Amino acid sequence: MSVLVYTESENGKFKKNAFEVASYAKAVAEQLGTSAVAISFNADANNDLGTYGISKVLNVTNDQLKTFNAEAYAKAITEAVNKEEANVVIVSSSANSKYLAPILAGKLKAGYAPNVVEAPNSTAPFTIKRTAFSNKGFAHTEITTDTKIVGVSNNAFGIVENNADAVVEDFSPSLDDNDFAVKSVEVDKVAGKVTIADAEIVVSGGRGLKGPENWGMIEELAEVLGAATACSKPVSDMGWRPHGEHVGQTGKPVAANLYIAVGISGAIQHLAGVSASKTKVVINNDAEAPFFKAADYGIVGDAFEVVPQLVEKLKEFKAQNA
Amino acid sequence: MKILVCISNVPDTTSKINFTDGDTKFDTNGVQFVINPNDEFGLTRAMWFKEKQGATVHIATVGDASVEPTMRKALAIGADEGIRINAVPTDGFFVAEQLANVVKDGAYDLVIAGRESIDYNGGMVPGILATLTGMNFINTCINLEVEGNTATAIREIDGGKEKVETQLPLVIGGQKGLVEESDLKIPNMRGIMMARKKALNVVEPIDAVKATVDNKFEKPAPKGTVKLVDSADELVALLHNEAKVI
Repeated sequence: MSVLVYTESENGKFKKNAFEVASYAKAVAEQLGTSAVAISFNADANNDLGTYGISKVLNVTNDQLKTFNAEAYAKAITEAVNKEEANVVIVSSSANSKYLAPILAGKLKAGYAPNVVEAPNSTAPFTIKRTAFSNKGFAHTEITTDTKIVGVSNNAFGIVENNADAVVEDFSPSLDDNDFAVKSVEVDKVAGKVTIADAEIVVSGGRGLKGPENWGMIEELAEVLGAATACSKPVSDMGWRPHGEHVGQTGKPVAANLYIAVGISGAIQHLAGVSASKTKVVINNDAEAPFFKAADYGIVGDAFEVVPQLVEKLKEFKAQNA
Repeated sequence: MKILVCISNVPDTTSKINFTDGDTKFDTNGVQFVINPNDEFGLTRAMWFKEKQGATVHIATVGDASVEPTMRKALAIGADEGIRINAVPTDGFFVAEQLANVVKDGAYDLVIAGRESIDYNGGMVPGILATLTGMNFINTCINLEVEGNTATAIREIDGGKEKVETQLPLVIGGQKGLVEESDLKIPNMRGIMMARKKALNVVEPIDAVKATVDNKFEKPAPKGTVKLVDSADELVALLHNEAKVI
């Protein structure tokens, strides 16, 4: 019996969520009185996972797996589950993990609970709290199958240091052509930009920005905060920003530590999509905007005046706290 | 090409969410049900395949008779035939198993499902369905072309897009972007009249795994009052000293 965690990496480097899910896996392993084992793909510095309580890392080194492939990764993880006799599998809430987890669920005949926000409140029965109804509610879900898959919501559990000596073991899953039936042709990704999924801070703009030509100040604010940029639904519908930046009920969910909404009035669907964020700041010239009711801090004012001032003040703050 | 679009019957996006029976059930009182938005994008894309490439489009929903108005709407949009699997959906694995059974019987080339439903947000039905049927699977699809037996898709990834290629039969988890929101079809009177005559077949469920059970629900804690500030200076100080997020 063990807890197996899939730790994501890119170009050999672990993503931040890898350390969060490793921390979560350690917490579950402790509850179950067992150990946490990680599986990684083409990752360097696997020993680092020991810092977050992982006692063994199965490292897959395979050029075919340099680009994420859901089916092949799922096959490899399934073999690792069987080898380690794992009864709990932990994944993140990244787009790749949400692609992978249902395939794993099908292969392992395992119940899968996504968007989980806390460590299990009971392991027998295995019950976890997760968001549902697009963050308008929580469900306490019991996974009833022998093997259980838990998808941890971004930034929900946090990174917890829990030193262990991580033994790194090479692991070679048996893959064949059928596992690569879906082929990656081209990846189009902006290098060096923080993604909404990875971001601890998200700066989002709405119709109040008046046009795509004014997006520079959103990007400037995001840059000074090391944040990702996002937008409301009307903005992506009008083509000011790409669909991938649309946050809300039918767009991307945001669970950031800080969410700054500029010129967004706060439709119910938008609020649902961002409500898992811990601190929300609203900048809007309409004091009656519904978003103020859901925010922690607000400035009633013209975004074109407030945002440049905020950028300046943040720069000063950074210089003082560097 | 024979396409199946999986339709989930969900509360409208503006719905207030409440729970009943000691917070063990979703309160449907006063809630309007609609086609799950992610499925609606898929349905419209299926209509495109029907119009441009002569595809046949079926829809399937797991649900009791109460889901039929939503299914009739999908038929009014242009789907040719509906299949209702006569069971109350309990969890994602159960739904995927029911749909997989229909897919195996129907010899579909392409199955389009929304990447997730906006009620329970499981996001697992398309992936489990693909695995149970042995079909290829592409998730978070924002574009799909099919030529002969080859499908080319663009899927959304964190921070960008990925173009992928595969062979039919295929299951996709679709979302906004598969078609533009402005291209979503609204049923017209002729469509509504025709939908009344289209077959809506009811099939009985198979025995299936119930992998998860939602024992209890709760609503988020009520939000405190917003703290309004006058200056950027003050906001930076609060974010640093009080919220501790910068």
